[in-house]
Amino acid sequence: MGMLPGYTTGDILHPEGRYGGKEVSRMRPIAVDGNEAVARVAYRLSEVIAIYPITPSSPMAELSDEWAAKGEPNLFGLVPRVVEMQSEGGAAGALHGALQEGVLATTFTASQGLLLMIPDMYKIAGQALPGVIHVAARALATHALSIFGDHQDLYAVRPTGWAILVSDSVQAAQDLAAVAHITALKASLPVLHAMDGFRTSHEVQKIVPLSDRELKALFPFGALEAYRRRALTPEAPVIRGTAQNPDHYFQNREAINPYYLRLPQVVAETMEHFAQVTGRRYAPYEYFGHPEAERVVVVMGSASLAVEEAVEYLLKRGERIGMVRVRLYRPFQGEAFLASFPPTVKRVAVLDRGKEPGAVGEPLFQEVAAAFALRGGEVPLLVGGRYGLSSKEFTPAMALGVFEELKKERPRHGFTVGILDDVTGTSLSYPQVDFEDPASVRAVFFALGADGTVSANKNTIKIIGEETPLYAQGYFVYDSKKSGSRTVSHLRFGPNPLNKPYLVQKASFVGIHQWSFLERLPMLEVAEEGATVLINSPYPKEEVWDRLPRPVQEEILRKNLKVYVVNAYELARRVGLPGRINTIMQAAFFKLSGVLPEEEAKARIKKGIEKSYGKRGRSVLERNFQAVELGFEAVEPLPIPGRITSEKELVPPMVDHPPAFVREVLGPIALGLGDALPVSAFPPDGTYPTGTARYEKRGIAEFIPTWDPQVCVQCGKCVLVCPHAVIRAKVVPEEALAQAPEGFPHRKAMWKELNGEFTLAISPDDCTGCSLCVEVCPAKDKQNPSRKALNLVPRLEVREAMSRHWDFFLSLPETPRAGLKLHTVKDVQLLEPLFDFPGACAGCGETPYLRLLTQLFGDHLIVANATGCSSIYGGNLPTTPWSKNKEGRGPAWANSLFEDNAEFGLGMRLALDKKAEYARELLKDFRQVLGEELVERLLAETGPEEVGKRRRDVAFLREKLKDLADPRAKDLPAVADALIPHSVWIVGGDGWAYDIGYGGLDHVLASGANVKVLVLDTEVYSNTGGQASKATGLGAVAKFAAAGKPTPKKDLAFMAMSYGHVYVAQVAMGASDAHTLKAFLEAEAHRGPALLIAYSHCIAHGIDMAKGLDHQRLAERSGYWPLFRYLPGQGLFLDSKPPTLPLREYLYAENRYRLLLQTHPEEAEAFLKAAEEAVRARWERLSRMAASKEAVAS
Amino acid sequence: MDLRTTYLGLALEHPLVASASPLTERLDGFLRLEDGGAAAIVMHSLFEEQVTLEEEMLDHYLHYGHESYAEALSYFPRAHEYRLTPERHLNLLARAKERVSIPIIASLNGISRGGWVEYAQLLEEAGADAIELNLYYIPTDPALSGAEVEAMYLDTIRAVVESVRIPVAVKVGHAFTAFAHFAKGVEATGARALVLFNRFYQPDLDLETLSVVPTLSLSRPYEALLRIHWIALLYGRVGLELALTGGVHSGKEAAKGFLAGAQVVMMTSAVLEKGPGHFRTVLEELKAFMEEKEYASVGEMRGVMSYRKVAEPAALERANYLRVLGSYRLLP
Repeated sequence: MGMLPGYTTGDILHPEGRYGGKEVSRMRPIAVDGNEAVARVAYRLSEVIAIYPITPSSPMAELSDEWAAKGEPNLFGLVPRVVEMQSEGGAAGALHGALQEGVLATTFTASQGLLLMIPDMYKIAGQALPGVIHVAARALATHALSIFGDHQDLYAVRPTGWAILVSDSVQAAQDLAAVAHITALKASLPVLHAMDGFRTSHEVQKIVPLSDRELKALFPFGALEAYRRRALTPEAPVIRGTAQNPDHYFQNREAINPYYLRLPQVVAETMEHFAQVTGRRYAPYEYFGHPEAERVVVVMGSASLAVEEAVEYLLKRGERIGMVRVRLYRPFQGEAFLASFPPTVKRVAVLDRGKEPGAVGEPLFQEVAAAFALRGGEVPLLVGGRYGLSSKEFTPAMALGVFEELKKERPRHGFTVGILDDVTGTSLSYPQVDFEDPASVRAVFFALGADGTVSANKNTIKIIGEETPLYAQGYFVYDSKKSGSRTVSHLRFGPNPLNKPYLVQKASFVGIHQWSFLERLPMLEVAEEGATVLINSPYPKEEVWDRLPRPVQEEILRKNLKVYVVNAYELARRVGLPGRINTIMQAAFFKLSGVLPEEEAKARIKKGIEKSYGKRGRSVLERNFQAVELGFEAVEPLPIPGRITSEKELVPPMVDHPPAFVREVLGPIALGLGDALPVSAFPPDGTYPTGTARYEKRGIAEFIPTWDPQVCVQCGKCVLVCPHAVIRAKVVPEEALAQAPEGFPHRKAMWKELNGEFTLAISPDDCTGCSLCVEVCPAKDKQNPSRKALNLVPRLEVREAMSRHWDFFLSLPETPRAGLKLHTVKDVQLLEPLFDFPGACAGCGETPYLRLLTQLFGDHLIVANATGCSSIYGGNLPTTPWSKNKEGRGPAWANSLFEDNAEFGLGMRLALDKKAEYARELLKDFRQVLGEELVERLLAETGPEEVGKRRRDVAFLREKLKDLADPRAKDLPAVADALIPHSVWIVGGDGWAYDIGYGGLDHVLASGANVKVLVLDTEVYSNTGGQASKATGLGAVAKFAAAGKPTPKKDLAFMAMSYGHVYVAQVAMGASDAHTLKAFLEAEAHRGPALLIAYSHCIAHGIDMAKGLDHQRLAERSGYWPLFRYLPGQGLFLDSKPPTLPLREYLYAENRYRLLLQTHPEEAEAFLKAAEEAVRARWERLSRMAASKEAVAS
Repeated sequence: MDLRTTYLGLALEHPLVASASPLTERLDGFLRLEDGGAAAIVMHSLFEEQVTLEEEMLDHYLHYGHESYAEALSYFPRAHEYRLTPERHLNLLARAKERVSIPIIASLNGISRGGWVEYAQLLEEAGADAIELNLYYIPTDPALSGAEVEAMYLDTIRAVVESVRIPVAVKVGHAFTAFAHFAKGVEATGARALVLFNRFYQPDLDLETLSVVPTLSLSRPYEALLRIHWIALLYGRVGLELALTGGVHSGKEAAKGFLAGAQVVMMTSAVLEKGPGHFRTVLEELKAFMEEKEYASVGEMRGVMSYRKVAEPAALERANYLRVLGSYRLLP
């Protein structure tokens, strides 16, 4: 194969190297994703960058922060100032301010973040300021949140006055990023540049990078000078941002019109100039197709590449069709747009990746329709339709369906494509056509998130894309679980460009990196006839065939697949990288795919490893090198007997007698087959049943705990810490065990007050194997102190018996709540949790608090949950851990947004109170019917302890009113539930409580309302990958604080205590479970607002999650996280003893602090001193407060 | 009075040296030791296992949970470079060399032959005036003989001595069957000094939790006796300088050390307890002793109580032993 045209290999701009390296006229290609491609340009063309994390745009901000921490200069030799704000609204405000001062400023965002920027966007546009926002376009939260890509967010800001440029590929995203910055300056208007979230932002592609020289050649220095002159300065003072009256606002608003009239021309000129400098040509509106086309599709973004493939396909078949790709969506320049069409056009379909319910058509359609209408003359037949919401696949075949529809006598308007709409019948059908390039290698890898497969695949793309003339593309699909998650990598390599914005449709190579997937997922469906399949098998190759499920054997035989096996787990262990099979599987892929000659492949993989891991030291390198060699050596062909020998069927995704909805709707979603579900399957308002995670037995742990009743002291600590609620305890009457399955473990209950048998059960297929329980277990076998009451064993050895035990355990009666001492951990373990099996990270530090919350108050609990980790493991379909008891009661849960959660919870509280008030009013009107006694009981004040009685009274009330005709007799039962005491808990992480939602939280606490706030404080934005929040500790390394967080953690507790009426507690379950329990009970009992700040160890701390509780203890012992409670009217109780552990012994036990030692050792030393001082000062202040019982230390 | 001495070919103002301690983990620790009056500083050890462990941990945590979940493809920022233990250690050494005027002896504790040699060379490049090899190995394998362990030690020492130009000292524990023989072996490798003796971390048993806990208590003066004893036995019989480390808390132990034949005397525990200024105190006590006994120089007192003039030190030792036993019998 020859070199690709357009580049030379002489000069390389290292992807991670200094910008402005040696300049060449054509840069050597690099393989990067859309986020990096855009950030490389935005960073170089900016002086101030305001950032805030939001998926899928966060990596652009993270890269900017990393480059700034490293001292990387921009195009003008200056290191941009990268500043994290408290919200996207804050970022937009900072952007607006920076623009007042005439600097080059940008930000990155998506979705809800962009919505929060709207007010500033209007101001920036109204003041003709050349700001730039790069957007990884994403769906909006409506009936549900979605992090995936579509154009709803772009459409939401279309009236703000910003120009909007839309890219369709990684290459275009880089290039139009530059066009955006240049246009903003030249046109003196702000520009929003968007790429499709995930599809482009996260797709790794081979692109030609923009050199500094090219950027300098393009950069409008003259316009910059003019812009600088508009900066605010006391040397030539002006005012901007006045208030105006009816007589002049209107005219002034019209004064900016010439800017908008000019902008499309500026874009066109800039694109033309860009083509001259780089050789890559873009236009605001691009036509592709037959010169005399009659049917034309209009489309924007990555889908245009799929339409383009369909157009090519139809052109070859002689059809008179074409397409228009919209790159400049705002200002929508009708004339230029229309001029791109051939005059022969008769029918036009406009595709919108968005939805505007109630409009005559979606936003792009409206634009197109208006443009044609305004032109006058003969207007073609126009229809519009929706596609691709939330990254729904859009393939060339779907585009064929649209062209087909246009042929019909009456093409549908308002159609959808890519789904089956069996409710309103909007969906188009489309043919099954293979658009894969037979000259390409198409590989699909199914793997566990933790095994490194995606990293290795990204590395493979870099190797092939950057060091060979082949084209390379990679796209990665992740599920929504944080433990035991599944990843599917879609890779294409080949001699022809791979602009295919959709998943691999037909794979020539399938990598099955996790054996257990074979039992569940139909992975070979994607394999083409004769494809190569590589299986990572824990079994010897002689056993593999017989162990495959029947459908897998069938597919192998039917498609004549070539199957290879390798025991990568064993090899990984052998080289000292247990669980990390990535390098071995990567080597095996290279060997089997033959993309490169073997020796060259080895050398290049090793070079790649050196690049990725070299900085981490020699020993790490050597182990990976060994893995490469082993991967090449150990892969062997699987002997296939030519007949089916297995009777094993695939395991269904939902087990244990799931209800129909769970089986038929949530089941396919769990398998990754949700695409096949029709519209009618879904609840229109996005309301879902709870208690569904229990049907999804994932069986992800390799080792699980088993219980030894003889050693156990029945303390309940394991139950309390289990993040996944897979360990349960009960005390039951002895006779209840009569039917117990063989070996069901139990022992006499060690309670004074409880008679019966104590039993502890563990769900083997729900356990994640985190081993927190084993770590916390204090009971050791006196004969063999290396054994505890809980000991880890291989799951497969015990799962059958343990599953039987678990099922029997669930059938046992709950221990009666009455008589239990809720202030003791020992008794609380016996309470049924109503939050079970969350897909949180194995060993999560947050979920034990939530489980405890449901054990204590679950049957009368309403939760307002801020967006973040807890809303994802709590509410990301397919299933939810929030569950119900046998009576069908349990927590009711809702999520509104990230920023409004405290207000959201307050609204619930106000509504409940109001409903109760109204119900009490109505009660008085029905005294006669209901009887005096019942009414009086219902009118009486009651607390949570009376919930059961009150429920019975409400049931009486309903019964008595049910036959009355009075409309108020209908309304009273409808609101009567509010007479039952409810506990409203507002739950969220520190990103919400300390940053984006702080204003609301503060207001809600100040309001005095009876709401309880639980802050799951991980000290970073965990859900988006560990960005610093104001809860992050001084000197901790986090994203957005790559050089260590320079300021101390915000003291949220002090702020809340300053009101005097707020119950405040700082807890850490690992430091004292009894203290945590006490604080929960006190918070609930307090008649007013309560704030619990709960230390939540997190994967983003860089710790061994099994030791999470130890880290909590260290945090407390070092004085970093003192335990205290502030009781209004009683003052502060400092519950920790004075610190005894040097702070460094806590901090440097965690990678987040140790990293700074490794990257900025001198600064680390200074931070440590400052942190020690801050801890000391805080301890003194708390001590003074505790001694004097005053609200806030003087 | 002439307190000057040499150690490993380095000219020292006096013979009191700071042995490896956590004080040298920060730059200001070097400065404080110099201000406190140490004549030379042995830097804390570069542990090869720690280097490897740190690399592995970094790799682990930079990989842990990554590329598993769409919103969080990673949990830490990518760094341009990681300055891991060797680099930080070497940087600190180089910075300390710029700031203090007394000699700095680097200490190295390796596990692999490659590691010993590589890190020794790096320490030399970073400016160490000499290297102290800290041989710390617990031979738990019943198949491994004492002779094999000694051969392994000597092999390591030789490899390092041959790979660096600066002088090499060897620090060991006292658990040898025939220590004098081993010392001769060390001499043959080309090493210049023997540092007697290492103190070991002793694992303790926690009776509450039935678990093993590592402990390290600071030394006590009685521990100096074993060392003084062996220095007295070896002085003049092996061609190595002998350094006393372990149990030196006052001028008394120091004086005994020199009388036994020590080239230098090292302190850590007492300095950790009393601060770096303790060097000056001990030096004053030593001077007072020398004045009282009218020794004009350290050289004059060195080895005067060694056993080199005794033809059969073992016999002398055995006689002393019997005397001690006898004294016990006399107790009431």
